[in-house]
Amino acid sequence: MKPGHGEVLLAEGDVEVSEEERALVEEFRRQLDLGMWAAVPVEDRVGRREAQIAKSFEDVPRDADRVIFFPRAAGGAR
Amino acid sequence: MLLALGATTIVVVALLWEIVVPRVEEAIARRRARRAIVEPAVPGYDPGRERRAEQRARELLRSCVNDEEWGMYRDLGFIRVWGTQAEGPELRSSTRGAPYAYLVYPHKPVVAYLPQTGRLLSEYCVEFPDETRPYGSARLPDSDDVLAKWMALTGDERRLIASANMHLPGRQVDPKRVRRDLWRLRQWERERERSEGRRDEGGTVPAP
Repeated sequence: MKPGHGEVLLAEGDVEVSEEERALVEEFRRQLDLGMWAAVPVEDRVGRREAQIAKSFEDVPRDADRVIFFPRAAGGAR
Repeated sequence: MLLALGATTIVVVALLWEIVVPRVEEAIARRRARRAIVEPAVPGYDPGRERRAEQRARELLRSCVNDEEWGMYRDLGFIRVWGTQAEGPELRSSTRGAPYAYLVYPHKPVVAYLPQTGRLLSEYCVEFPDETRPYGSARLPDSDDVLAKWMALTGDERRLIASANMHLPGRQVDPKRVRRDLWRLRQWERERERSEGRRDEGGTVPAP
C-alpha cells in the first residue's frame, strides 16, 4: 500500500523454488526493516475472513498467495 | 445658499464614498484572486492519480474482506469488525464479557461500541502514515486505510489498540453520527437478511 498509488507489487515467486524463495525472504525483511507491518489475508474454518500478522517470513503460511505490507500503526490526533 | 449646497455635496460624497469604496476594494480583490496562481494544498497533488489509487485500493479491500463487510463498506462507508478479547477492547473495559465491536471509518478513529445496547465505549485514534511520502503525502487512499485497520484489528487487535490513542466517545467522531450509522447498519442488515431470505425461498420454489 502506498499513498497516491494503492497496491504495488513488490516481489513474486514460488516458495518451492529456492532462488525465488530467497528473493521473497529478502523483500520481506526489507519491508519489515522499513518499518512496515505484514499481513496475510486468510479464511478460518467457518469461512470467516481475517488477517494473520506475520512478524517473520516463517509466520507466512506456505500456501499463502500474497502478503500485504502496510505502514505500522501510530497513535492519531491527541 | 452656496454654503448649504457645499455642505450637502460633502455629505453626499461622504455617503457615496462609504458605499462605493468597499465595492471597489472587493472588485480589486476578486480580480487579484482570479489572476493569482493557485498552488495545490499538497505539492504534486494529482486528483486523477488519487482516484486511480483509490480504485486500486477498493479492489484490494474487496479481495480481502468477506462479502458482508464489502457490502457494508460499499453501501454505508464503514466496516464493523467484531472484538475478540474476552474482557473488552482494554484490560479495564467495562463490557463485562458482552460482545463488542468496532466501526472502522476511513481516516477517522476506530469507534468501539456494544452492539446489544448501542453504547459507545471509546474512540481509538490510529493512523498508518507512510513517511516515505512518495507523492508528498503520508496518507494512504481511503480504502487502504480501512484495510490496514481491518488487518490490524483482525490480526492483532491487542497491538493495534495499544498503538492507538484512546479517547472517550465524541472526541473526533460525532456520537450522533455514530448512532445514526448504527441505525443505518441495522436497517442494512435487515434488508440484507430479507433479500437473502427471498433468494433462499426462490431457490426452493418448484418450477411450474
